[in-house]
Amino acid sequence: MTSHAITSTKAGFKLDSVTVGSVLAVLLLFCAVFIYGGYLVTVLQLAMIYGIFCLGLNFFMGYTGQASFGQNAFAAIGGYGTAILCVQYEWEPALALMVSMVVAGVAALVVGYPTLRLRGHYLAMATFALGLITYDISVQWTSLTQGYMGYAGIPPLGIGPFTVEDERLKLVCLIVLLLIGLWISQRLRDSRFGRALRAISGSENGAAALGIRISRYKLAAFVIAAVYASAAGSLFAHTVGFISPEVFGLQMVVVTFTMLYVGGVGTVYGPVIGAIVASLLPEVFRSTGRFQDIAYAAVLLLMLIFVPKGLSALAGLVRSRRAKQEG
Amino acid sequence: MSLLKVRGLTKRFDGLVANNDISLEVPEGSLYAVIGPNGAGKTTFFSMISGFLPSTAGTIEFDGHDITRERQDKIAAMGLVRTFQLVQLFKGMTVAENVEVGCHLATKGGVGAALVRPFWYRKQEAGVRARARELLDFVGLGNQADQDAELLPYGQQRLLEVARALAAKPRMLLLDEPAAGLNTQETDALAEIILKVNGQGITVLLIEHDVGLVTRIAQRIAVLDFGRKITEGTPDEIKRHPEVIAAYLGTEEGADA
Repeated sequence: MTSHAITSTKAGFKLDSVTVGSVLAVLLLFCAVFIYGGYLVTVLQLAMIYGIFCLGLNFFMGYTGQASFGQNAFAAIGGYGTAILCVQYEWEPALALMVSMVVAGVAALVVGYPTLRLRGHYLAMATFALGLITYDISVQWTSLTQGYMGYAGIPPLGIGPFTVEDERLKLVCLIVLLLIGLWISQRLRDSRFGRALRAISGSENGAAALGIRISRYKLAAFVIAAVYASAAGSLFAHTVGFISPEVFGLQMVVVTFTMLYVGGVGTVYGPVIGAIVASLLPEVFRSTGRFQDIAYAAVLLLMLIFVPKGLSALAGLVRSRRAKQEG
Repeated sequence: MSLLKVRGLTKRFDGLVANNDISLEVPEGSLYAVIGPNGAGKTTFFSMISGFLPSTAGTIEFDGHDITRERQDKIAAMGLVRTFQLVQLFKGMTVAENVEVGCHLATKGGVGAALVRPFWYRKQEAGVRARARELLDFVGLGNQADQDAELLPYGQQRLLEVARALAAKPRMLLLDEPAAGLNTQETDALAEIILKVNGQGITVLLIEHDVGLVTRIAQRIAVLDFGRKITEGTPDEIKRHPEVIAAYLGTEEGADA
């Protein structure tokens, strides 16, 4: 290989062959999907929605290093908020989405204030309970949520007279929203706020000794994660047009954890990479028929064994190996 | 004038009395040391002052304010910043970023400012980066700024902790056994840095096991043994004090002979 890594000094972002290669691959993928359309458009739509969810989860689990098994609760708030406001009260989709986000943020604030005093396993259990409780509410409170039947006929996203009906156009909107979420995540990470979160992940004692108010920053990360989750829930409702309790059940926790760890927890791009890869892998193995799940699980295991820091760490790994060979 | 006043500080863990009625006053601008053999209760004493451990009895006053029941981060915000005997580096962050975190108290701005990034915020961030470099040069880690902090050798991790604490612009720096695990050259370099910090007008309270280092740089020394303060005085007085020699130094002199 003659190509040397082109390194730009700005903000530590390095343009090397791996990064350029993966960006090109993703672009090619999206172009192909846009041209051929069909089922893969839906797969990528869901990947973008999960990507937004994971970007939020990454604030709490990645940057701040806390465990939450209950973020699906806030996605449920988003999804049901949107469904109820749009179907029963015929609100504007964009307005319903934003109001749901606010509601989820306030809910996270109220729930998080006492819960975040817990640490480690206890916090994980408490958040897990939060997810289960929300699921039960969505099943039992039938007058509000319509129980197992769920809500159908949720209108697609739109502002005023403009509604996004076309599936390809929906995907474009979701990509734009994901990029906004990514931009916010990156901007917050590289700031005084983000440094405080990452310091808590590194050492709570060390952070407290430097005057960082641990409880407040954990709560902020939790609320941000909830707002992202709510947005993802609303977008799911608008994109698919139907929600039921199962959509925001345990399955969602498992899937998003997989995405976060496959992509790289605590990295800026990891959640997005993980969401795309973990959404596409089952489709790649679809031709293997009944071996689909086995092949999917095997590949996930191999990734976790050989790239434990996630796919977004691959570029760094290749870079350091090359540096070793040269040096 | 005394910057830190400790009166009758006591800590009981069930039956065990780790600190028993300790009183001392640290004058502003001084370099004060607390020494004592292992298990004398030095770290317990320290943890109570910095708010990491609630005291059983007694009061702690910093700059005229009672901080006995105050939270760690509030104590830090008042200008009393500590380091740890077991280094508490921020894993997954570079050496420079570790020091940038230290600038937390000296800067402002939350989520909104980070998103909008008004002019003052960008200026502040540039200042934080410059300050981190400056402090790393000060402790001699300037060349390792972009390295992963975890990969630093142990001695340099301790220096990084000192640089990080200085970034918080403390009025008083609490150093918990900073020379533990350092070799002779590293200890000398550290002594130099502590003296320079004190020379800038920052009060230093040092907890140390290494008597050589303490008697060389401290202006005043308190000696703890079995959770009690045995005595207090200048380095020369401490070296001659019979009870100190019996409790602590005696064993070292015995080992030298």
